[in-house]
Amino acid sequence: MLRLLRARLRQGHRTLAFPAAEPSLPAAFRGRPEVDGSRCVDGCDACARACPTEAIEVQGGSLRLDLGRCVFCGECETSCPAGAVRFTPDYRMAVRRREDLVVGDGEYRLAAALDRTARGLFGRSFRLRQVSAGGSGAEEADANVLTTVVFDLARFGVDFVASPRHADGLLVTGPVSASMRGPLLRTWEAVPAPRLVIAVGASAISGGPWRGSREVEGGVDRVLPVDLYVPGFPPHPLTILDGILRLLGRLGEEPR
Amino acid sequence: MTGTGGAPLRAWNATAFGADEITPMPVEALGAALARRVSEAWRLVALFGIPRERLPLPLVALLSHPDGGWLEVLGTEVGQAYPSFTPSCPQAARFEREVCEQFGVRPAGHPWLKPVRGEASWGPGPVEPHPRGAEIGVGYPFFSMEGSGVHEVAVGPVHAGVIEPGHFRFQCHGEVVHHLEIVLGYQHRGVERALLGGPHRATVQQIEELSGDATVAHATAYCEVREALAAQVVPPRGQALRALALELERMACHTGDLGALAGDVGFLPTAAYCGRLRGVFLDLTAELCGNRFGRGFVRPGGVTRDLADGDARRMLETLRTAEPELRSAVELFFSSGSVLARVEQVGVVSREDALALGLVGVAARACGLSVDARQDHPSGLYRVSHIPVATSSGGDVHARAVVRWLEVQRSLDFVRRVLRELPSGPVRTPEKPPRPDAAAFSLVEGWRGEVVHVAVTGRSGSFERYKVVDPSFRNWPGLELAVRGQQVSDFPLCNKSFNLSYSGHDL
Repeated sequence: MLRLLRARLRQGHRTLAFPAAEPSLPAAFRGRPEVDGSRCVDGCDACARACPTEAIEVQGGSLRLDLGRCVFCGECETSCPAGAVRFTPDYRMAVRRREDLVVGDGEYRLAAALDRTARGLFGRSFRLRQVSAGGSGAEEADANVLTTVVFDLARFGVDFVASPRHADGLLVTGPVSASMRGPLLRTWEAVPAPRLVIAVGASAISGGPWRGSREVEGGVDRVLPVDLYVPGFPPHPLTILDGILRLLGRLGEEPR
Repeated sequence: MTGTGGAPLRAWNATAFGADEITPMPVEALGAALARRVSEAWRLVALFGIPRERLPLPLVALLSHPDGGWLEVLGTEVGQAYPSFTPSCPQAARFEREVCEQFGVRPAGHPWLKPVRGEASWGPGPVEPHPRGAEIGVGYPFFSMEGSGVHEVAVGPVHAGVIEPGHFRFQCHGEVVHHLEIVLGYQHRGVERALLGGPHRATVQQIEELSGDATVAHATAYCEVREALAAQVVPPRGQALRALALELERMACHTGDLGALAGDVGFLPTAAYCGRLRGVFLDLTAELCGNRFGRGFVRPGGVTRDLADGDARRMLETLRTAEPELRSAVELFFSSGSVLARVEQVGVVSREDALALGLVGVAARACGLSVDARQDHPSGLYRVSHIPVATSSGGDVHARAVVRWLEVQRSLDFVRRVLRELPSGPVRTPEKPPRPDAAAFSLVEGWRGEVVHVAVTGRSGSFERYKVVDPSFRNWPGLELAVRGQQVSDFPLCNKSFNLSYSGHDL
């Protein structure tokens, strides 16, 4: 007993102050990229050619990067002779609509909160059933880590549950493999309506590196309506947490 | 790399040889060679087909010498059916099922010829063990028991935790499990077919996503194969940084597993502390390369980012703080009677079964088998800098936990040494294309065990075959054995003690 208490004292309090205080991420962390088409050298498409997932479109001085396809490898940044693509350590990337997952010249639109009725339903208690549909294990691991003392997901009234009957929505990872299409749909049907779907990771959003494989659907929204897209390869736990809190209107930035 | 006149070809880890040096022998002779070799404690590391328009289908077997540091590469050609190797070489069981599913050739006399992941046949053979387009678990020929009081428990593919999908079918009498059959394939994304004709643009990303928490292990194996095929040299600093990333991956995952085991027996202190400390190692990986799982780091020729001296010092500082915290968290686990009562003598795999099945990694070492690619087939930094092999003897949940904890400590020592003695110089040489008509393999000791990649290039230098064997492919049968005679309620604990990859198996 004394040993336990001693260990408890030594381990201390470890929960992040997020969202009250900004978390510190390693300077090397590759979060949301920024692009500046005005720096592009005429006719250069080195970044688009270096991209493994065709996430970059270069068209006459405009540069667009699809975060739904991006695997955050940094090849575009390395290949650019003019510094027009740059990865920042900004972990905030989740959006509500697929078309908002574009980094270009305009402002990046982060996820808006649900409407008032939905916030009334889910805002203070939101339970998720996780389904891996061809995920690699990394996306699942960094979703699961939200339940540790570091992130302490439950303090926001959000948690993972075992039964879809107890859930308010699904958090789906993976490009939706052929054998998981049916189980994914059956799990979704078992969640009482109204229900939300969150797609986590490049593979879940666009198929990621599996885009074009005959064995996968190529994204969760081919099968289910998606309410929140969380980009990353895999997304940082904070990217997922930030997205969920934005969706629920828990970051104090939502209109009343 | 000597293999003339029908003698077996001897080859070394991460060293290329000519594809034509694999001379086919009669299939009966290959079967006899496999039986003889495994009886002499050799291990079957891989057995796979090479795609062809029409039969015969070339088969290649890789066998690891028990202590010679080399592999024997044997080849044969088979028609629509051939005498199964499995009855005299049980290690071949799952490999033969895979060959049957992928290429439609039948291993006649195979005792357990069932689908392995439900992928559609690539041809050229006509056999289809799984109905085309059907979900893997639907219509699956499950083994079943009959008798009064016998009942079945079915779990999955979607199960309770935040975890990948698989189906588990238990045959029970009362609370006791008599048989468990694990059906996988739900995560199949078509990895090996996607790799054909490569390297493609997204090949290395597919390798990194093959089994997400073993990103560095698989990426290293891939790059070693690519470098062998191109006779490309990795600078010493690049090799050191790769090994650093690989050991950080091991420490993160083992720490997470120790915490998860504690969670499964309801011992929350260790669960909470290790849950956090796992993140410390993941964050160190992110400091090293910008991604918590080491993605975007290991590339043919070396690594993509150098480590500044100041960063290395800061990482050492972090480890200095983390080590006593981890030690305190884990020692609570191993010194608590309520924990030991739940993990000792639970989920036992015998040494004989581990040998017969060809288990690898933590699962094998927990049975007392000294199997570790870092020692048996060293490549990269492990050629010159060694990590002692950690084994235990019980073969139970406790032994698998002990091996994990020993390995974390040894990796910690190794990582500190690497950080203090980083060689100077560049971290990468320019990528080169693979040479044509060649073959190479790489064995990398990932945190779960031996990761095997084999490439065979065709006339144009592109992959005619790229075979991946994740350690989980060989260890899932170990879990099936471990739960026999156990309580159904001990399954989650046994499962966690192996913590195998679904995506790595399903490819």
